[in-house]
Amino acid sequence: MSTARTAILDRLRRVNARPLPVKNPDYPIWTSTDREDMLVRLTELLEQNHAEVTRLPRAGLVAALRERVSGAGLKRLATGTGGEFFEEITQALQGTAEQLCFDQPLEQWKDELFNHVDAGITGCHGAIAATGSLVLWPGPAEPRTLSLVPPCHIAILKASTLHANLPAMMTEQGWGRGMPTNLLLVSGPSKTADIQQTLAYGAHGPKELVVLILEDA
Amino acid sequence: MHNRPQHFHAQAETALANAELRANFRGAMDYLRDKRKTAFADADEERTIRDRAEAIRQRCLSKLPELLEQLESNCIANGIRVHWAENADQANAIFTDIIQSHGGTLAVKGKSMVSEEIELNHAMEKEGITCLESDMGEYIVQLGQETPSHIIMPAIHKNKRQVAELFTEHVPGFQHTLDVDTLIQTGRNVLREKYRTADVGVSGVNFAVAETGTLCLVENEGNGRMCTTVPEVHIAITGIEKVVEFLADVPPLFSALTRSATGQLVTTYFNMISGPRKENELDGPKEVHLVLLDNGRSQAFADEEMRKTLQCIRCGACMNHCPVYTRIGGHAYGTVYPGPIGKIISPHLMGLEATQDLPTASSLCGACGEVCPVRIPIPELLQRLRHEAKQDPKPGTAPMRGQKAAASNAEAFVWRSFALITSRPVLYRMLTWCATRFRRLIPNKLGPWTRCRTAPKPAARTLRELMAERNK
Amino acid sequence: MSTIRIYPAMPKKVYVYATCLVDTFSPDSGLDAIRLLERTGVEVVYVPKQSCCGQPAYSSGYDDDARTTALSQMALFPEPWPVIVLSGSCGGMMHHHYRRLFAGSEHEQSVNEFCDRVFELTEFLVHVCRLRLEDKGPATSVVLHTSCAARREMNVHVTARQLLGQLEQVELREQDYESECCGFGGTFSVRHPAISEAMVQDKTRHLCETRAEQLISADWGCLLNINGALEYQGQPLRGMHLASFLLSRLEEKHA
Repeated sequence: MSTARTAILDRLRRVNARPLPVKNPDYPIWTSTDREDMLVRLTELLEQNHAEVTRLPRAGLVAALRERVSGAGLKRLATGTGGEFFEEITQALQGTAEQLCFDQPLEQWKDELFNHVDAGITGCHGAIAATGSLVLWPGPAEPRTLSLVPPCHIAILKASTLHANLPAMMTEQGWGRGMPTNLLLVSGPSKTADIQQTLAYGAHGPKELVVLILEDA
Repeated sequence: MHNRPQHFHAQAETALANAELRANFRGAMDYLRDKRKTAFADADEERTIRDRAEAIRQRCLSKLPELLEQLESNCIANGIRVHWAENADQANAIFTDIIQSHGGTLAVKGKSMVSEEIELNHAMEKEGITCLESDMGEYIVQLGQETPSHIIMPAIHKNKRQVAELFTEHVPGFQHTLDVDTLIQTGRNVLREKYRTADVGVSGVNFAVAETGTLCLVENEGNGRMCTTVPEVHIAITGIEKVVEFLADVPPLFSALTRSATGQLVTTYFNMISGPRKENELDGPKEVHLVLLDNGRSQAFADEEMRKTLQCIRCGACMNHCPVYTRIGGHAYGTVYPGPIGKIISPHLMGLEATQDLPTASSLCGACGEVCPVRIPIPELLQRLRHEAKQDPKPGTAPMRGQKAAASNAEAFVWRSFALITSRPVLYRMLTWCATRFRRLIPNKLGPWTRCRTAPKPAARTLRELMAERNK
Repeated sequence: MSTIRIYPAMPKKVYVYATCLVDTFSPDSGLDAIRLLERTGVEVVYVPKQSCCGQPAYSSGYDDDARTTALSQMALFPEPWPVIVLSGSCGGMMHHHYRRLFAGSEHEQSVNEFCDRVFELTEFLVHVCRLRLEDKGPATSVVLHTSCAARREMNVHVTARQLLGQLEQVELREQDYESECCGFGGTFSVRHPAISEAMVQDKTRHLCETRAEQLISADWGCLLNINGALEYQGQPLRGMHLASFLLSRLEEKHA
């Protein structure tokens, strides 16, 4: 429809709108440089949004994962095929539950992922304290649907990757220079208030979000 | 069977007579107003974030054609295919082509008001393609063969009893319950099966970033992620006004949007899509398409004042705070976008002839303008549209679609007489003298005014006369 | 629109703009407002040729006719004295919308100068006259209705409250949905009578639920609507203009 393109752009150009300069009035946004401040804020907001948050040292990750998985009776867990915590995840699941590595295109095991997996485990690219959001940067080692399709999402976050707020994180990491195919902010389990303004969790995505924050990592 | 703006009066009366509907809306609006108020507890914070959001939207609109081209080239560089549509027919044809080229028969759709605007579901049905709504509210609305009554809470007109009845009728195996969790689980189970099997996922776009070729989607449910991640083809559709210049423009707009809409600091998901699945990736759509729709927007763009209409980020705060919307609900308007924003955008989408009753259906109370996160002067634009519906275009400017459609010689005569009387003291004095002297002759029934009020009774003497006596 | 306004020092003279509704339906409110202003020591000039601000034509889309009316009114107030309007709604028209009507025209500058001189009664009493009220009336309860224009265009819902707040014997009752429109909206009430009816019925219910003895407003447009509905429903509550109420509290004879 290149004629539509030309017609639309022509109509817009004919107006000769005067381009306005970049003028960005300041607005207040939560910020801090103190790690503990940020951790407290992140935890509080995530919990308000119905996520389960645990702070622990990295050395305790395997045990914590194992405890969580067996405690909740999770039988089959989908994981990536790499990523920073792959070895610890694998170790934790050994003898605890069945590990399903995401090593084939989604199409080839859609039914299984949708209907026969209890939880998905991923790492996080970072997190944002101001809004209580995890930042996920899915890729070949940890595909997008790991954090979306199974009814429970277990996310592992390194405290050192925490940022005060979204604009700060964007600027610091230069997101404007190029973005991955998919970048996500997750601030709790899936929810809806579409029926009579009554909040219900697990609308389509995970009903549970479990966040393990590694304080010394 | 669907409502039309041409029948606004009748539709409004029907809605007003429906006590359950009135209660549903009052409850919902109270809830949403409360949420917004809590989110903007600090007045300074509210003011400054609105300053920022308004500045961003105005700047981006001022460069609209350039930003659209930049968006297009960056999307293409990212592997997103970009299509342009001047109207609903062209947009639907693009959808049909893409879906049929994949032999698709089932599309799942995340919430998109633009897709409502082009009546996508209906158009696809004609082509043998099922287009299933997956947002919980939209799903409910589609089951009932209705349209959304609110832009962010589509099923807000229904209470849980009505939803349960609908499920009983349409969802096989549903055991009647009023438990909202169970109702949501019912929808979840039906829809998850559809995400898994759908050929195509459809979504709207909240912000399209020119700088990076990124499509941003704001949601709580996860259905938007499902639709844009699981099917092999993702088609996003958006109005041409949704483009922003920089990625850095997104955070303040996102914050203004969620706080104004549902009073949330942030939504559960903020999904930034910058391309299809890469060679080595294992999920995500293999194709991503972006459809840029004009459909009357360039008409609004042409006029500097009306261009402000396009600043809208679709938060719904104007309708949540509107005393008219609160009482008649969204369906009565007969337009895709109801409430105050609907009254100023619909005349551009559908023409003034069809929509001429909408701009007048406002007491100009200003509640909408007071809460708009991007400071669209909605009351002034309503005023402007009232003018355009009655008058010729300003010399040297192109007429709006439906310009002067509501003009009437009788009304023009009334206001000419009004101007004459109010600008000629002698005439005005005569008129008020008559009104006060013959006040007992004013009938008890004064048309629509006295359907719920007594007729106004002028005083025995005007102020002018009282002052003349006082100054003697 | 609610930008912060800088108020002038107390002038020697002011014009009063009574509005067509006060002129015709409640001239006593006009007289009371003038007396109230005079008590502050200012000389009040009432121009008998004044009629209507033109808002009905303007809000109906007849800008040319509204301009004819507006020009005729502005011509009646040539001296640089403040113009005190006895209604937030007409005040909004004359303070804000006149600017919009004449933007880019040959009259732009003179109109803007006029608009700068327009004040709503209560804001003038509070911010310029710095009126202090000594309540001499008996104990009573009131509920206040502020017009939408007063609230959102003139930002003067605060000043009406401040004045009532100075009255020691007067209890100000809060109504539910106080900021919601009463459904008048000028021609809106006749163009969309069913919606207007729903709005005024809710408004009167919320007002009556306060069980206040008296309804106060500084806008005769709203009062025409609300009083008409209250009378139709057979409710005892009635609205009076704020100026009349304030004046009644200052005079011993009512005590």
